[in-house]
Amino acid sequence: MTARAGALGLAAALAVALALPFVVSNFRLFQFTQVGVYAIALLGLNVLTGYNGQISLGHGAFYALGAYTTAILIDHWNVPYPLTIIAAGVLCLVAGFLFGIPALRLEGLYLALATFALALAIPQILKYFEHWTGGSQGIVLSKPAPPWGMKASPDQWLYYFTLAVLVILFVLARNLLAGRTGRAIVAIRDNPIAAQAMGVNTALYKSLTFGVSAAYTGVAGALSAIVIAFVAPDAFNVFLSITFLTGVVIGGLASISGAIFGALFIQFVPNWAQDISKAAPWAIYGVFLIGFMYVMPFGIAGALRRVAARAARRGTAARA
Amino acid sequence: MVLLEARGLEAQYGWTKVLHGIDFAVEEGGITTILGANGAGKTTTLRAVCGMVRTAGEIRFAGQRINGRATEDLVRLGIGHAPEGRGTFVNLTVEENLRLGAYARGGGRSVAQDLERVYGYFPMLAQRKKQPGGTLSGGEQQMLAVARALMLRPRLLLLDEPSLGLAPLVVREIFRIVRTINRDERVSVLLVEQNASVALGLAQHAYLMETGRVVMSGPAAELRQNDAIRRAYLGY
Amino acid sequence: MEIFFQQVVSGLATGGIYGSVALALVMIYQATDVVNYAQGEMAMFSTYLAWTLLNAGVPYWWAFFGTLVISFVGGVLIERVVIRPVENKPILTIVIVCIGLLVILNSVAGWIYSYIQKPFPSPFPPRPIMLGTVVFGAHDLGAIGVTLVVLAFLYAFFRFTTLGLAMRAAAQNPVSSRLCGIRVGWMLAIGWGLAAMVGAVAGMMVAPIVFLDPNMMAGILIYAFASATLGGFTSPGGAVVGGLIVGVIENLVGTYVHFIGTELKLTVALAMILIVLVFKPSGLFGRAAVHRV
Repeated sequence: MTARAGALGLAAALAVALALPFVVSNFRLFQFTQVGVYAIALLGLNVLTGYNGQISLGHGAFYALGAYTTAILIDHWNVPYPLTIIAAGVLCLVAGFLFGIPALRLEGLYLALATFALALAIPQILKYFEHWTGGSQGIVLSKPAPPWGMKASPDQWLYYFTLAVLVILFVLARNLLAGRTGRAIVAIRDNPIAAQAMGVNTALYKSLTFGVSAAYTGVAGALSAIVIAFVAPDAFNVFLSITFLTGVVIGGLASISGAIFGALFIQFVPNWAQDISKAAPWAIYGVFLIGFMYVMPFGIAGALRRVAARAARRGTAARA
Repeated sequence: MVLLEARGLEAQYGWTKVLHGIDFAVEEGGITTILGANGAGKTTTLRAVCGMVRTAGEIRFAGQRINGRATEDLVRLGIGHAPEGRGTFVNLTVEENLRLGAYARGGGRSVAQDLERVYGYFPMLAQRKKQPGGTLSGGEQQMLAVARALMLRPRLLLLDEPSLGLAPLVVREIFRIVRTINRDERVSVLLVEQNASVALGLAQHAYLMETGRVVMSGPAAELRQNDAIRRAYLGY
Repeated sequence: MEIFFQQVVSGLATGGIYGSVALALVMIYQATDVVNYAQGEMAMFSTYLAWTLLNAGVPYWWAFFGTLVISFVGGVLIERVVIRPVENKPILTIVIVCIGLLVILNSVAGWIYSYIQKPFPSPFPPRPIMLGTVVFGAHDLGAIGVTLVVLAFLYAFFRFTTLGLAMRAAAQNPVSSRLCGIRVGWMLAIGWGLAAMVGAVAGMMVAPIVFLDPNMMAGILIYAFASATLGGFTSPGGAVVGGLIVGVIENLVGTYVHFIGTELKLTVALAMILIVLVFKPSGLFGRAAVHRV
């Protein structure tokens, strides 16, 4: 019952997503492209934090690494942009894996701390390597034109391009999490000692999860560089990492669809709140972060699951 | 006069009911013991008296109903508890442990007097007063637990298996001191024990618990003569 | 050589501030197993309160102690209202709540006071002080002095008062503490209050150096993390010593290692944290962490 409802919902969502470029303005479409980009980043963070239970407060750093990889490859060597995305993903996979190795030995607390420090330090590091990164000025790119002489605006093309990447990565994540690997990842979160005792190589899985998570977020960063056609260090401050955390919490920890809800939230809610005050979006983030922990610890996706389950129960009860 | 009285006392952890409606009473100035094997619900009974588990039924202390009150408030009524596992503050010194026992009473200078009084009962604690509680042996920590409860100047002293894991000589020493305290300070005692022979030697009144129910009660001397108890708990 | 001494002393001054914030972190961590990510923002907010008082014409030391009182009450309230509902939840939940608190305090400060940097006065004379041939900033020496006073006060409080004893007891054995009649929840709240006070002192001492703005504590917090990690999260004294070491290292590295300068300050802190975590995760003075299963 709930599975069928889920499949229906998924089909409907995909249909809406495909039709969107025909009904909204280019600017709105650009915003939805951002939603797609954020959703990939959130999915990456969720694999790590939601499923594997490792807390990262510094995923903005991997987003930055992905964005700068793409920007530098395009700016210095004119590499075709689809290739730069793959490069960004691979580089972040390696970087995440390596960062995950010392992180392994750390309890949740210290991992959170180390990643938090990473998030704080990253803008400085970006500014420091000025020759490559353009320092505080950043790097300006140009939006790619649609290929094969397609009759579409660059925004429409980038939207579909992002959507395609999103669908591929979501399917991959779903398959990964539904299988043996996924069970191992969750087992490590719920009971690391038992997982180890059952023969799960905890250390390897944790580093790999960190790597995969960073790769997703890096791909998202690469896409963002292409979509916005600009990178600058101050966009990748600690608040970006907190934004991701907020998105994951609000969308729903340990939920794939939660990434979409979270992305919609972090894309649109701050825009509305901005009208109240420049500081208001963050105040709202804060209130939502705390409020969700109190009343909806599994976010929007978790609440929907509960509603669906209740409806299903009522359905069976009525029939009985 | 009855100091502590329980009627139809039930207690549960989460969904699991551990006490199924027990009745017992502690006479003012007397020593009462609750006997039983592991898992009979003895410790839970003490925890129920102290407000450390969810309860139903009725508990009265000095005439007032005390169910549902916070542990911290019950301590202030004069219920001293030397808990299961001894509850030592392992990183604090022996003397700090004892001072904490008097915390609920406030009172500046009287604390110093009480330290002297308690050191009188347990001279070995005086020798070790600057040592961290965690460095004491099991028997010493048990004495520390009793001493800490005494610092409260309690009306009722709850003792949770003070003999557990201790050498017979140490056990005899601790029970001798408990008897002295009871006699000299008129502190009423509720003693929970597996070691029935020592407990029945000390107490005036006894209860026997099995799986959360009181199955037998009466004067300690009578229970000591009871064949079933003799076979099951006294071993002769 | 004179430059070296000056750098060491000014390193000790900032190190004292790092150490104070680290101490505040450790105090809360020991009592509640929570790393308070909002510690820096709480200090920042307190400093703004001090600024408000000063702007209203309150004399410096009145404003100083007034801020301490308000910060204490604020810290207690935060624990009671915000942290308490998630006290026994998983680490992730608590981390998220602390981050939420960080964001709220930061944005509310920006909302009320704007993000424009403000100068903040030092209670110490602007004239430098000569000791032999070496020149020291009066604020540097004053900040060291204030930090030492705070530490002495805290030490005496925890060591010699009944309340301090009860707080230590509550932190290490809550069940036994309740059997002694200690209201454990309130002890934790008072711990948060004291930590907020210590943070407020650090904020008021650092604001004359870095200027007052809502983001001023981000850099301090990461160095405080480095200090607490180096000293050990289980050791209050270690946190302070860690702070002093970190402050001095930061200054010396900034002066003598040219490719780092001041531009990579935060990266130095990150590197210190990672190095300690990899080679000595329990820190110099800490006990090895006990894993909760």
